[in-house]
Amino acid sequence: MSDVSDQPLVELRDVGKSYGHILALEGVNLTVRAGEVTCVLGDNGAGKSTLIKIISGRHRHDAGTLLVDGKETSFGSPRDALEHGIATVYQDLAVVPLMPVWRNFFLGSELTSGVWPLRRLQVDQMKETADTELRKMGIELPDIDAPIGSISGGQRQCVAIARAVYFGARVLILDEPTAALGVKQSGVVLRYVAAAAQQGLGVIFITHNPHHAYMVGDHMILLNRGRMTLDCKREDITLDDLTQEMAGGDELDALSHELSR
Amino acid sequence: MDTNPQQAGPVATGPQPAAKASSRRSRAGAGEAGPSAAGGAAASDQVRNVSRLRRFLLRPEMGSLLGAVLVFLIFWTVAEPIRSLHAFSTVLYASSTIGIMVVGVGLLMIGGEFDLSTGVGVITGALSASIFTYQLSLNVWAGVIFSLAVMLLVGFVNGFLVTMTKIHSFLITLGMMLMLFGLNLTVTKLITGQVATSSISDMDGFALGEKIFASTIDIGGMPVRITVLWWLLFVAIATWVLLRTKVGNWIYAAGGDPEAARAVGVPVTATKIGLFMTVGFCAWFSGMHLLFAFDTVQSGGGITNELIYIVAAVIGGCLLTGGYGTAIGAAIGAFIYGMTTQGIVFAGWDSNLVKFFLGVMLLLAVMMNMWVRRQAEKG
Repeated sequence: MSDVSDQPLVELRDVGKSYGHILALEGVNLTVRAGEVTCVLGDNGAGKSTLIKIISGRHRHDAGTLLVDGKETSFGSPRDALEHGIATVYQDLAVVPLMPVWRNFFLGSELTSGVWPLRRLQVDQMKETADTELRKMGIELPDIDAPIGSISGGQRQCVAIARAVYFGARVLILDEPTAALGVKQSGVVLRYVAAAAQQGLGVIFITHNPHHAYMVGDHMILLNRGRMTLDCKREDITLDDLTQEMAGGDELDALSHELSR
Repeated sequence: MDTNPQQAGPVATGPQPAAKASSRRSRAGAGEAGPSAAGGAAASDQVRNVSRLRRFLLRPEMGSLLGAVLVFLIFWTVAEPIRSLHAFSTVLYASSTIGIMVVGVGLLMIGGEFDLSTGVGVITGALSASIFTYQLSLNVWAGVIFSLAVMLLVGFVNGFLVTMTKIHSFLITLGMMLMLFGLNLTVTKLITGQVATSSISDMDGFALGEKIFASTIDIGGMPVRITVLWWLLFVAIATWVLLRTKVGNWIYAAGGDPEAARAVGVPVTATKIGLFMTVGFCAWFSGMHLLFAFDTVQSGGGITNELIYIVAAVIGGCLLTGGYGTAIGAAIGAFIYGMTTQGIVFAGWDSNLVKFFLGVMLLLAVMMNMWVRRQAEKG
């Protein structure tokens, strides 16, 4: 049993990716273990999205190796990644705003009964399950039938996460889940991220907010222009240092010096 | 956060969502540190009832239903002859001839795409069956099957090109429309030497085809054209598919946000190609009605009908941008069209007014749709 949990769920070794002449990612090492939150920090254009796209199966890496459960893998599509238990919750949430909450919850993994051509959705069961799952994470919707576009951003984010967890994700990739949210809504999401890790999921938390990363992360990775500039455990770094690194370190010093009056 | 093997154990056992989900559910149910209630609105019964009523009024087909009642009342008042059962039967027939097409077109629009090749497509369907049968002196049904294959292929090509090239379906199907229009005339002239096909009414299998695609049934003293029954059946099937099947979920998602749908594993490309082929099927069916009702087919017809189908679907509450609408709404849109065309005839007005009326209703419907959509998004 113990070697199962020691084995990283996902491991990247020296992974790189280029688009034409542009080197988007180079020499990235990253491990995701069950029950851990790995934070990937970086400014815009640092290569965070490219990294997610590789792990979630949207793009193939062209250098290095990607291991899932210790086996070398290369995903051809997001479905491939999903089948390996790697689910991604994108910044833009991957929800369809005009569709009801429960339909969004089960989208792509609908519950059906009966034989074709009479195979039908188990509407009542789906509504009930979606409602129960959401209540578990503290989201009480007056109406599970309401279009998902009508609930708040934090709640939508949590629906997306709850959906991934419910459908058996082992690794959860969260693409800037708090970027567009206010302080209170961010709290809702962060609390749920921590809860997901406690349930034994491996979480990759992409963010450019060092405060959020420091609150939930076990491991910090900083990307800058496609390269890793920091790779350490939470206990090896202080929030101030992380913020400093994140903000560009020396560059920030120079800037603050320049702007000081 | 330590890694508890007890927890990691079941998680690592292969992809079996259902089993895994249930084990996780029980674990979460056992009261692990879940996030406490936050950001949730209070769920009082009153809120629930108000939002239910509101959503009922905001259903995609409510606007068109209102429109249908209004149009019905107008013609009931101004055109006395329309009050008879017989006249109502004519209205239904007119509605059904375009309504069958509108089922497919409406589904396609909900799926976020557009088809301009439908009008001439119906003619292509009829022509290919007729010419195939006549030239090879076969049973009419060989032509009927051949035509089905042709129309499914046309739908497939439309869908394939749209999904592969990612060019807007407006342009792809505009190209298809022009190609079909040209081929309809050229091939017919080349093979028959005329612009219309020869009569096939004395050939084997025609009687059965007529019975299935173009007969009239007496229901309680009201003569009902069989296309009306087919129309209702197709609307019922489309409604069931949209609301009660996986594919229906995919259609709404493909139209509402294809990227989001793809990200959660919905086969968006297959769904869209399937929708184009459904439109092809409807065009085939309408073409068969045309063939068996009129025996000979004019090769230059059909053009501008595609716009009527789209107008009917939009009046019925289907959003032009996709992701919203119902098959019943589309049917009501077709009914409004049927009632307007026939009502104007019965009222003794200039039949050119039909287009004017359609235009007015389209504008009203579009504005209504926009408002409904905004309200629906607000919840």
